[in-house]
Amino acid sequence: MQIYLPIADLPVNVFLILAMGLAVGFISGMFGIGGGFLMTPLLIFIGVTPGVAVASVASHIAASSCSGAISYWRRKAIDLSLALMLLAGGVIGTAAGVWLFTTLRALDQLDLMIALSYLTLLSIVGALMVSESVRSIVRARAGKPVVLRRSGSHIWFHGLPFKFRFKRSMIYVSAIPVWVIGFLMGFIGAIMGIGGGFLLVPMLIYLLRVPTATVIGTSMVLTMVTMASATVMHSVTNHLVDVVLALILMVGGVIGAQFGARAGQKLTGEWLRLLLGLLVLMVGLRFAFQLALHPDDLYSLRIVEGTP
Amino acid sequence: MTARGFAVMAMICCMMASETAAAERLILSLSHHRVLVTSSFTGTEVVLFGSIERDQAASLPRRSYDVLVTVTGPRESERTRRKERVLGIWVNVESRTFVNVPNYLAAISNKPIDTIVNADLQRRLQIGLANTVLPQKTGPVVTDAPQEDPFRMAFLRLKKEHGLYIERDNGVTFFTPTLFRADIPLPSNVPFGLYDVDVKLFADGAVIAGSTSALEIIKVGFEQFVADAARDYGLLYGLVTAMLALLTGWFASVVFRRD
Repeated sequence: MQIYLPIADLPVNVFLILAMGLAVGFISGMFGIGGGFLMTPLLIFIGVTPGVAVASVASHIAASSCSGAISYWRRKAIDLSLALMLLAGGVIGTAAGVWLFTTLRALDQLDLMIALSYLTLLSIVGALMVSESVRSIVRARAGKPVVLRRSGSHIWFHGLPFKFRFKRSMIYVSAIPVWVIGFLMGFIGAIMGIGGGFLLVPMLIYLLRVPTATVIGTSMVLTMVTMASATVMHSVTNHLVDVVLALILMVGGVIGAQFGARAGQKLTGEWLRLLLGLLVLMVGLRFAFQLALHPDDLYSLRIVEGTP
Repeated sequence: MTARGFAVMAMICCMMASETAAAERLILSLSHHRVLVTSSFTGTEVVLFGSIERDQAASLPRRSYDVLVTVTGPRESERTRRKERVLGIWVNVESRTFVNVPNYLAAISNKPIDTIVNADLQRRLQIGLANTVLPQKTGPVVTDAPQEDPFRMAFLRLKKEHGLYIERDNGVTFFTPTLFRADIPLPSNVPFGLYDVDVKLFADGAVIAGSTSALEIIKVGFEQFVADAARDYGLLYGLVTAMLALLTGWFASVVFRRD
């Protein structure tokens, strides 16, 4: 069944979009991530312009992280004060990201920037995840016990001022790194159309020492609010959010996530991280090829808004 | 040219026009004057019927006619960008803005245009895609580039690939020597607005009559509403979309609740 996407200006098959939503939702449920880093490239590959893809996926991630956040809230696995502190930086970061997005679009370099950001970020993160999980799998095979992180280890920024005690996470850290992390996530999310859960969770664990009990729920609250505000800001500045596209993706996404979550419970942590790492790496390499290979067509057209 | 010379020219032109008008007349009818684009729109064709009325009083020699239909869509400015290799990756470097060019353009005839009129007249009448004026903006200057300009060629090629610039030399069918139909293809991505339909009648390599009509392409229903809302009420649109997202998420968490 063909429908016409009003903002993407593209006729698409509803079932194709729904299937993409389901597939990405399945993966996101399995790994406990938003899945934006898969959804945005998929949309670009089927012909949606990168700008519309990034802006529309923002609302899709808001939906999936909202349903996640609610179920973590019921289990009392969210540190609300930490989430609010992250959001203080996150909303400013989102605004900065949307501003850069608008500027690059006017300069005709938005598509390049999106591709480059995906390439760099996903290749590095994917490679790190793969090597880390392979090492722990090998270690587990050899029968050695998993090395627990040293609880007393200290990083330089733990000495910064504005210390706060986050009771539910049982940590006592400076607000500055919390703001910086929030800002970065909002900024990256607005430009790349990703919630950034796969980046945020390790950062919270390794840098801020947030315990695993509260880390995913808290990161989902941040993702939900930054992506909802990114949706509003992209609508106001660039008018690129396609609500029809977003709605189909959301419906597919939330359903797929339920099945993915069940499948994920059957795999151990290391294997999950290895699979996710490989997936992230593959998407990164796909962008590398796209940038490095001779394009099919050197020329492209774009309608200039407003009369010159 | 002096004012007197101009007046004489104008008189000659008028005489010529009235003479041709007396000989042959074109009567046109479009199958649709309005095309409504809904969510299930996958492109359509509008049929143009034309009849060539011959003045009975003037005993005209029987001659064969040729027809060229030019359909011009709403005008917009479009940028053509060219990628170049920079530090190993492909980047948009140069670009040209085509100012006020038709977003849709179709040249439909009953046989190849080159066999209807000579190249000189084609240029003067701006017949066919190759002879259409496409003003380019390079810096402060706006000029039409020569036909072999790479940006102009790329622009025409891309518009053809998108199905928005169309050249068909078998799109006009004659039922009788004086009755014809032309199929105007409108692709699924057809831009909205007013379209001018210009029909020229040729005989022996010269224009002998012409007529115009118009059609309108309107986006209707939900799509139009959404597109208007996104453009005119960005903040409200964004807030509604974000609320929808949060509601969908909430709804899913209720439906799939397992505890």
